[in-house]
Amino acid sequence: MYVAVKGGERAIENAHGWLAEERRGDTDVAELTVPQIREQLKLAVNRVMAEGSLYDPDLAALAIKQSRGDLIEAIFLIRAYRTTLPRFGASVPVETGKMACDRRISATFKDAPGGQVLGPTFDYTHRLLDFKLAAEEDVPSAAEAEARTAATPHITSFLQGEDIIQREPVSDDAPGDLTREPLSFPAGRDVRLQSLARGDEGFVLGVAYSTQRGYARNHAFVGELRIGRVAVEMEVPELGFAIDIGEIELTECETVNQFKGSKTEPPQFTRGYGLIFGQSERKAIAMALVDRALRWEELGEDNVGAVAQDEEFVLSHADNIQATGFLEHIKLPHYVDFQSELELVRKLRREATGKMQEAAE
Amino acid sequence: MTDQAYNFAYLDEQTKRMIRRAILKGLAVPGYQVPFASREMPMPYGWGTGGVQVSAATLTPDDTLKVIDQGADDTTNAVSIRKFFERTAGVATTDETDKASVIQTRHRIPEMPLREDQILVYQVPIPEPLRFLEPRETETRKMHSLEEYGLMHVKLYEDVSQHGQIATSYAYPVRVSGRYVMDPSPIPKFDNPKLEMDAIQLFGAGREQRIYAVPPWTQVVSLDFEDYPFEASKADHACDLCGAGDSYLDEVITDDSGNRMFVCSDTDYCRSRRDDGHTGRLAGDAT
Repeated sequence: MYVAVKGGERAIENAHGWLAEERRGDTDVAELTVPQIREQLKLAVNRVMAEGSLYDPDLAALAIKQSRGDLIEAIFLIRAYRTTLPRFGASVPVETGKMACDRRISATFKDAPGGQVLGPTFDYTHRLLDFKLAAEEDVPSAAEAEARTAATPHITSFLQGEDIIQREPVSDDAPGDLTREPLSFPAGRDVRLQSLARGDEGFVLGVAYSTQRGYARNHAFVGELRIGRVAVEMEVPELGFAIDIGEIELTECETVNQFKGSKTEPPQFTRGYGLIFGQSERKAIAMALVDRALRWEELGEDNVGAVAQDEEFVLSHADNIQATGFLEHIKLPHYVDFQSELELVRKLRREATGKMQEAAE
Repeated sequence: MTDQAYNFAYLDEQTKRMIRRAILKGLAVPGYQVPFASREMPMPYGWGTGGVQVSAATLTPDDTLKVIDQGADDTTNAVSIRKFFERTAGVATTDETDKASVIQTRHRIPEMPLREDQILVYQVPIPEPLRFLEPRETETRKMHSLEEYGLMHVKLYEDVSQHGQIATSYAYPVRVSGRYVMDPSPIPKFDNPKLEMDAIQLFGAGREQRIYAVPPWTQVVSLDFEDYPFEASKADHACDLCGAGDSYLDEVITDDSGNRMFVCSDTDYCRSRRDDGHTGRLAGDAT
């Protein structure tokens, strides 16, 4: 009758075998290649790189293939791989002012040096299913223009010239790294930005949205959103100067926020900042909104008790790898705890029903 | 066989050193939660990443490892963690409590008393005993540093006033060495008295980035009141396989009409008793 539960090892092996088969799907359909994912599911690749905190499109594409398109699972694979990588050093800060922009828009000025460049955006597409795509037609090539070679100045630099926007405090301190040091509070803006940059897109979006709906509202204008490639430079001690080691694609968002002034600051515009690997506009804008809301203390604003102002809450729950791991662990066996609860509830019920009977008699 | 691409027991030596420092600090300040820079492991948070990191920093090539979950060596996650160390550390593994030098556990303390030369590593989901009374880490750290544990006693008192007894059956809070209130991880309160033992006890919480420890022969007191003393409880049965009356039992539903049997949660304890000729009510029926 009772067979002691044995065979966990074989069950695991069999489950893995089945999983591999399911991942492949119908073998009459050609297998998806990693370059196909890298080139044609690029925004998924970008998200995996951003939240995986590792800029490597090929590895991110491989992770998406391995995870059957479950992006959080793919991010997890990248994170676990990233931890094992040796660290050679830190790059010098990337200069986004020198970005070769594919896209650059401002919601605050009709035109500015560098112009408004829409770039490859979904923004004005009508969201109608394109059934032609199902037929795999060739894509006609898009119109081309001369590339701009001059640097594109940041929109906020014009406001700064007028001294009407808050100046960012300057610091040469090495920024914190929450993958190397345990998170502690108050975390500081450097660690906040790192946490938001690798935080779950859905979570950061939700918190940002809540500020727009009035929970610590701070009306944000997208001062500028730019997407493009920047050079990554590193100082090599033997050389004594910085050399180019490659380039990465980034999305940068600077918001310009209304600010009527506070006890400590005069009326001026304030900023929120978002910087994300790849083309990830939604995430970059959301990050900027949450960054701005978290700066309430620094700007002398009131804490209205909103989620978006609560550094400990936001940072403790932004990481989807932590969240999904802990959430899903409840499917692990809990027989032992459940057994002790079972006995407790039985005992409490016995006593409670006993008392009720006594009262009835 | 060890996967050559990874260091012994997966983690690099620098990381192990960082974790060992946290462990030593934990042993020096019993029950205090030491923050450590938990790494992302190739298994999910909440599935033993803290325990795995502590075990990885503790294991030497000569160690013999035992991994249990719910008291059993053969539960899937225990199998998975054991395989991880077989693969990355190549250490010997065992099911026998007596033969293990390092035991990683989730939710149980083995029934057999542990020895001085053994280390028990617990997987911890939420290391903060005050967390469900106060969700903010900034607050709970303050409460620990001020030894401000009134809130916990109020909670236990409210249990007594509402239910006539303390209604906490697992992860029952303890006070270590008269100082820190500690979460012993979600072990049933039946196991609490065993927390005073000869072996070293290390607790790892990966996601929450905390390590804490109870050194051997350290006083560990389960919180209670003079008139409502702590009571270690278990199902009021004997094991149906080995007849043990002193072990923690799992309840197993055996048929559609809801019949049940009770068996030792510690599978090694049960097996060794049966090997010694002990039998329970249903011993003949079981395989």
